[in-house]
Amino acid sequence: MDTQVLVTEKCYHCGTEAPGSSYVIDDKKFCCIGCKSVYEVLSSTGMCSYYAYNDNPGQAQIQSVKHLDYLDEPSIISKLTDYTDEKVSTVTFYVPAIHCSSCIWLLEHLHKFNPAIVHSRIDFLKKQVFITFRNKELSFKKLVILMISIGYEPLISLQDVVKEKKDTVNRDLIKKIAVAGFCMGNVMLLSFPEYFGMSSYEVQFRSLFGWMNLAFALPVTFYCGREFFTSAWTGIKHKHINLDIPLALIIAVLFLRSAFEIITSSGPGFTDTLTGLVFLLLMGRWVKQRTYSHISFKRDYRSYFPVAVTVIGETVEKSIALEELKVGDRTLIRNNEIIPADSILMKGDALVDFSFVTGEAAPVRKVLGEIVYAGGRQLGEAIELEVVKPVSQSYLTTLWNNEAFARGETQGKNFNDSIAKYFSVVTLIIAFSAGAYWALSLDSERAWTSFTAVLIVACPCVLSLSTPFTLSAVLSLFDKHLFYLRSPHTVEQLARIDTLVFDKTGTITSPDTAEVNFTGELSSEEKVLAASLARNSSHPLSQKIIKHLGSGQYMPVSSFTETPGKGIHGWISGNEVRLGADYVREHGNLDGTATSHLEINGNYKGCFRIGQFWRPGLKSLFDELSADKELHLISGDNEADRKKLSMLLPAGSGMHFRQSPLSKLKYIEDLQKQGKNVMMLGDGLNDAGALKQSDAGIAVTDNINNFSPACDAILNGKSTSLLPAFIRQSKDALKTIRMSFVISGSYNLVGVYFAVQGLLSPLLAAVLMPLSTISVILFTSTLTRYYAAKNKLS
Amino acid sequence: MNILYLLIGCSIVLALIFLAAFFWSMNTGQNDDMHTPAVRILFDEDKPGEVDS
Repeated sequence: MDTQVLVTEKCYHCGTEAPGSSYVIDDKKFCCIGCKSVYEVLSSTGMCSYYAYNDNPGQAQIQSVKHLDYLDEPSIISKLTDYTDEKVSTVTFYVPAIHCSSCIWLLEHLHKFNPAIVHSRIDFLKKQVFITFRNKELSFKKLVILMISIGYEPLISLQDVVKEKKDTVNRDLIKKIAVAGFCMGNVMLLSFPEYFGMSSYEVQFRSLFGWMNLAFALPVTFYCGREFFTSAWTGIKHKHINLDIPLALIIAVLFLRSAFEIITSSGPGFTDTLTGLVFLLLMGRWVKQRTYSHISFKRDYRSYFPVAVTVIGETVEKSIALEELKVGDRTLIRNNEIIPADSILMKGDALVDFSFVTGEAAPVRKVLGEIVYAGGRQLGEAIELEVVKPVSQSYLTTLWNNEAFARGETQGKNFNDSIAKYFSVVTLIIAFSAGAYWALSLDSERAWTSFTAVLIVACPCVLSLSTPFTLSAVLSLFDKHLFYLRSPHTVEQLARIDTLVFDKTGTITSPDTAEVNFTGELSSEEKVLAASLARNSSHPLSQKIIKHLGSGQYMPVSSFTETPGKGIHGWISGNEVRLGADYVREHGNLDGTATSHLEINGNYKGCFRIGQFWRPGLKSLFDELSADKELHLISGDNEADRKKLSMLLPAGSGMHFRQSPLSKLKYIEDLQKQGKNVMMLGDGLNDAGALKQSDAGIAVTDNINNFSPACDAILNGKSTSLLPAFIRQSKDALKTIRMSFVISGSYNLVGVYFAVQGLLSPLLAAVLMPLSTISVILFTSTLTRYYAAKNKLS
Repeated sequence: MNILYLLIGCSIVLALIFLAAFFWSMNTGQNDDMHTPAVRILFDEDKPGEVDS
């Protein structure tokens, strides 16, 4: 056998190890035909600067045939474009492949590929590209084809994530902060003379300064502070006391008293406190908003479905938009396409991958006349299906439309709002009794000043600031450890958890470290042959087999063919090699685990058995968690792993197999009815219902962009072992917030002491308020860091 | 001390100009993407095919 071994080299385009690759052009090596063709496109247009900004800037190209005919349909185009007139169209694409400065350079020079592209711009952090093109000269479909040919395939999904995504930070809020900051600065400046005392010739300025302060307070109250009033009003209407009610009250009191004092020339007013307060409150809101959204959490089933399907009409095949699909339509589903609606198989050999729906790893074979549920992915040849249920009533969509999803965003009252109620009541009682006391002593002026002063000084601004600041510190800490929370409230939910439910597939098993066993014997030469062949396939099983063989040497393969769902075949230095599931099925038995059979020159060599492998550190994770929490396990799979699992899980943990998505949801519901706070860890759409139903639904994934169902948090598989630390940190965060309340409460007591006597000077208020705020923010951030170090998360 | 009237007026007008500039920058979306322009400015002008590695 002629072993022609080449040295290890990296692909010029994507940097993948590509030893012995036969794809060579201009002395540059490529790992696959995809990377090579991207290079050819770039070099032919003189765009090789792309490779100058970064080494191996490309992404590995996975060859797949895409059917883009639907992009010729005007109704679909109009949905995808942002703007269209007779000459130009603009479109926003979400391109997940954007990752480096070379990407920016290339995508912003699209006009060099085709002069019909007028303009292209990238938003790097959002991975979006905005393209303006002349629609007469370049069709929408050709634009997409161009992007695919240079290796930047836009993600086009039915729920166009791009358009529904809001700005991460509200522009309005930033403008309000700017106005509040501007007014605060000026008011402070104009208030200083009052604090330091004015000499006799300066007194002429007093009323001018007062009126100017009042003028600055106007926009702060009515423009910047409007949100507090509207939110307080909706709170009152719904008979629900939120934190904005006392805040709105204080802003109103501050403004009214200041206006009264300035207009009647009886005092300098509290405009500095007012503007400072609103500024700080808005900053708190900004911090809150910024920590809210960095990953698009809100996706529903539509984002996994294709935009259009091919329908076979009387005479022609036609692409139609998914929502136009009717019962009775005959659809054509090609290799790797998703079945959009529950249908009956009419023609073809269906091998459907339902891993999406059921979590079952092995594809399912369907016979003619059988019902195929929506959400499955066809592997192999094209099949024809007749739709039996419209998309909106399909199995998957019913699951998504379950009550659990319809539930509002606010899951129960948070800690802050419940405090707000007591706070408001206590403050009002003190204010009224102080006012009443002085009124009874027939000191009506003091009654008014003490009443308003109590309201001013008992400001709950620390309540509204310490929470966002603490939680955002926690959130960014979690981010660093690849644990992404949907909202700060999730921290409160995490702290309350006492029961954990794990899904099996993909959650506690790791797709990356699958265990591969080979039944049979292979010589080192045969290993090289098998590895060389497998290297040409992008199928995940092939990748695992290569890893398992670990030969490190590869030989060029000629006349390589890949039949999706069946296997791969090729000639390597005169040897015919086959690898696949179906070629030589009679030699093997199928028992649920994924298998791949190897045949060299017609001789059966054996089969690779790919078993699931547990994530590392699972045993210690379970032991740590079970110390004070209940553990459960539910799985859509069969009971093959029960024995192994019972060794991992502590005794007394519940284990349930063969669970449908709906029964998973029910299971969580039952636990909750027993008064438990349930955390569900799952991986996919199939447990999306359970994730949503649980008090804290966590999606465990190895690729953040890959999957983000409607969950409360996304956890990278690598960080699973840190879960107990995350829960501890959440508990500590709530402790920190409570402590900060004590601190701010002591400031308030000092203030109230002066206020009830009607002695609160504007200076005291102006000093006390920011002082308490700043000390509390310093306190919370320091303490959060201390706890992070304690929990080994820093 | 009457000069103060003028000075205060000037300082506020100046500050208002900056506030207006900030509003303009917000409205034209200059603060929407804080990352890409910083990268973009480092690209050379069109020199096709000149670079080899």
